[in-house]
Amino acid sequence: MNGMAALDLAPVAPEIVLAAAACAVLVVEVYGRSADLTYRLAQASLVLTAIVLALNFPDGSVVAFSGTFVADPMAAILKIATLVIGWFLFFYLQAYLRERGRGSGEHFILGLFALLGMMVLVSAASLLTVYLGLELLSLSLYAMVALDRDSPVAAEAAMKYFVLGALASGMLLYGMSMVYGATGTLELAGIGEAARDGRDLILVLGLVFLVTGIAFKLGAAPFHMWIPDVYEGSETPVTMFVGTAPKLAAFAMAVRLLADGLFGLHGEWQDMLVVLAVLSIGLGNVIAIAQANLKRMLAYSTIAHMGFLFLGIIPGTSEGYAAAMFYVIVYAVMSLGAFGMIVVLSREGFEAERIEDFRGLNERSPWHAFLMLVLMLSMAGVPPFVGFWAKWSVLREVVAADFVWLAVVAVLFSVVGLFYYLRIVKLMYFDEPGEPALAVANPLRLVISVNALSVLVVGLFPGALLGWCLAAFTGG
Amino acid sequence: MFEQFVFYFFATVLVVAGALVITVRNPVHAALCLVLAFFTSAAIWLLLEAEFLAIALVLVYVGAVMVLFLFVVMMLDINLVPLREGFIRYLPVGIGIAAVVLVELVIVLGGDRLGVLPVPEPHPAGYSNTRELGEVLYTVYVYPFEIAAVILLVAIVAAIALTLRRREGRRGQRPEEQVRVRRADRVRLVSMPAVRREPLAGGGAARGSSDGSAPESGE
Repeated sequence: MNGMAALDLAPVAPEIVLAAAACAVLVVEVYGRSADLTYRLAQASLVLTAIVLALNFPDGSVVAFSGTFVADPMAAILKIATLVIGWFLFFYLQAYLRERGRGSGEHFILGLFALLGMMVLVSAASLLTVYLGLELLSLSLYAMVALDRDSPVAAEAAMKYFVLGALASGMLLYGMSMVYGATGTLELAGIGEAARDGRDLILVLGLVFLVTGIAFKLGAAPFHMWIPDVYEGSETPVTMFVGTAPKLAAFAMAVRLLADGLFGLHGEWQDMLVVLAVLSIGLGNVIAIAQANLKRMLAYSTIAHMGFLFLGIIPGTSEGYAAAMFYVIVYAVMSLGAFGMIVVLSREGFEAERIEDFRGLNERSPWHAFLMLVLMLSMAGVPPFVGFWAKWSVLREVVAADFVWLAVVAVLFSVVGLFYYLRIVKLMYFDEPGEPALAVANPLRLVISVNALSVLVVGLFPGALLGWCLAAFTGG
Repeated sequence: MFEQFVFYFFATVLVVAGALVITVRNPVHAALCLVLAFFTSAAIWLLLEAEFLAIALVLVYVGAVMVLFLFVVMMLDINLVPLREGFIRYLPVGIGIAAVVLVELVIVLGGDRLGVLPVPEPHPAGYSNTRELGEVLYTVYVYPFEIAAVILLVAIVAAIALTLRRREGRRGQRPEEQVRVRRADRVRLVSMPAVRREPLAGGGAARGSSDGSAPESGE
């Protein structure tokens, strides 16, 4: 417990490697003057981190650094997913920036630090690390949104993101101080011990603030106000950065705080999450119908998906958490593909971000239209795509926990949601192409194909990923 | 008893200063009220025998951060009228929410739920608050400490990336290029045959050029 005797660096090796690599890339960026080199080094450091992570894959739960850090299978799987998604994110980012002749490496530096923040958050074992990881992640993202300095919309988005994010952090911190006051420890394991019998009024008050902070960060209704504006205002690859990998980290934060820390208050947070889930699924799916901007539509669809994510956490069982973890990984991949399609089809001076822009895509490029079809149907939850399995596994856990009405509500709103996903399919396949014509030749063809087809392949063989998620919570 | 009096005195000043920060009209006054708030919270920390934190708060926040802040506030001529727009309109809602939260907090935290901590026993003479802090900071909390360092690095990178930019049409001196300039960069020798022209009506220009070319061709 005390001193250097307990210092074991092996579990933290991936974080150390990524932090060192990010610093090295920063130095190269300053003296190298070549954004392409920065990009390649950033990709390489992600690969290196993933290799180190795979070599140090934890069998059980290893707590290091005096109870501030935990390496367990859930963390390892989420980190690998984060790194893979980060790798794809850099592809899209680089293509987008090069197309516009903006050879700046700052995006990649900030991206690396954001990914480091996600890894810290995923492995957090004390309130202190949860907060610091979250801040590292959020600060990098605020700066990335603001990097598009010539766009007033991006500046507005960055400002909103920053102010509301700071508010959410304040809420979280206030809740943490309550929990600390009631339990007298910062370690989540210790809090779990102290809060086992639950029903301490101070703990419940702290819990309210914690849940608010989590909902803010995930973007669940009624704390979703920032999502549509930030998604629409940011450059598309930055939107991807905000909307994909951080959701994995936010999910981990929710599980760490609610399941590891405050499981004694399961009854209380279950009620709160039910309200959040119903509001998110309803509001997200209904308002998405009215959107003309694809990024905005996907933002509202995100809100609905976050509601589904909460459905998995609500039962408070290992199977439920596993289903939610499966859901959030699948969601991150689908959303990566959907925003990736916007990047692929846009070019300098033309952002393919209006829904109208997809009109008649099938005539221009049947392959891209097919990939978009796969992504949209998967998001809507149509079999055999992986989105269906994600929704199905979450709903099964909710029904098993005797929340049949909740499952019915979720399915009904999903049917509503089917409308706006299918509208894009209809525009692509049954309408005449509009002006200006979409670009079809693009270097990202392979990347977007792998991205979108993974949704189909995992949908046909969902067992492996589902099994890993389950093993992360039950196998120990 | 005396400690309690001191605590309540500083606590009152702190709360009043905090309220003034967000209510006074003049931003310079607001910044000065914030300085007062930092000072009083440092005094409360001193009461808890956290000397190092108290000194650090005064040095870092009052000495560095707030002085910078005052500089910025004084240099930027901020028009406060649009910032205060809607203040009265949203005031009832704000007060209502604040009152509800206050009542809830009093219900939850009131009474003896958290209790009043006794004043800590004075430490022996050789006790070093700084050493104690340093020891846990670099052992038990070394991981969060390093993460905090990375956050500061990100703040530096973000601040530079957002403000350091090449602007089109910006004029300024580049000393490093000025000292490296060579004669060949500025002066071009053109050899021309010396021709005497008839002076024209506006002959200044023609005369000037012939004057200029005369020494060059002579070289």
